[in-house]
Amino acid sequence: MGPLVSYDHISADTNLLLAFIIGIGFGFVLESSGFSSSRKLAGVFYGYDTVVLKVFFTAAITAMLGLLFFSLFGWIDLDMVYVNPTYLYSAIGGGVIMGIGFIMGGYCPGTSFCGASIGKIDAFVFIGGLFLGVLIFAEGYPLWEEFFKAKFLGDPKISSALGLSDGIFAFGVILVALGMFWVGEWAEKKFPQPEY
Amino acid sequence: MVKKEQTSKTAGYINPYLGGVLLGLVLLAAFFVSGRGLGASGAIKSTIVATVDAVAPAHTEKTKFYQEEAASHGEKPMKSWLVFEMMGVIVGGFLSGALAGRLKLKVEHSPKITSRRRLAFALAGGILFGFGSQLGRGCTSGSALTGMGVMSMGGFITMAAIFGTAFAMAYFFRKNWI
Repeated sequence: MGPLVSYDHISADTNLLLAFIIGIGFGFVLESSGFSSSRKLAGVFYGYDTVVLKVFFTAAITAMLGLLFFSLFGWIDLDMVYVNPTYLYSAIGGGVIMGIGFIMGGYCPGTSFCGASIGKIDAFVFIGGLFLGVLIFAEGYPLWEEFFKAKFLGDPKISSALGLSDGIFAFGVILVALGMFWVGEWAEKKFPQPEY
Repeated sequence: MVKKEQTSKTAGYINPYLGGVLLGLVLLAAFFVSGRGLGASGAIKSTIVATVDAVAPAHTEKTKFYQEEAASHGEKPMKSWLVFEMMGVIVGGFLSGALAGRLKLKVEHSPKITSRRRLAFALAGGILFGFGSQLGRGCTSGSALTGMGVMSMGGFITMAAIFGTAFAMAYFFRKNWI
């Protein structure tokens, strides 16, 4: 039963080796989907290329359903899978700052490493910015510590917060995603932009 | 004309829905093997913590952020899951780019703006994204994508805040992209 590391099927060091291999898969899929290009990433915000929307939501649904089925089959103990905690203010505040960084820089952290791995100089510069941003957060920590830790709600699942079963919620996410995919396909025809 | 554009647009890249399924399976593998999802910004934080500690150990000893990190993540910040995963990302991205013939040293930017402007915005965007990823306890990978996979409320909120803000601000930065 999984997670393999939680049930001692693999050692802590093997876990790190597998992290490296999982990372290879992560980087390979991101790059081959076009996430090494800031032009393609930013396209979703102007409609000319919605690859971000399609890949991101298809991936979220696949993983979500995979976890539900694995749990149903008794292959994974969901109680041992880390659920991100919810600190309401910093979840919103951090997201807003990241959103501005995204539209200005054209990358997010994972995709910038992908871009850099194939030689995008703008991605290297973005990564330099990431290190500076994290350093600023670390050095100025006392200034925003209170906001960072405010409104801690534990690690609630959004399905339970809405009073829905996990399965019904996942079904709802699929319907919403299908609607967005339709809009994405429409937008790409409606707002084309030349390649560069 | 339209046909030609479409060909070049899809050239070399895999179908985005297939890419999404594959990415979802990689994420599922991380859950199954390690009980945790994918991430990126955490590896940058580990590197910063390790670097500052190596350069100025006296400074980290009396600075709260590094002390909290040491308490929650141990004394060896580089021996972390995300650091190993991100080394894999660089290898995987390089392999994919090499196989598809996309390895090229260049500044990618719209012909309407200069390289210098593209790089200035990349730096500023990176600083904001780096800062925001610490405030939001994870970036698009660790907080938004992984958080959605496990149906975390915080993950959904951060995802909506990232994409919602980028959409809302897109108008002001349109010259960089269109």
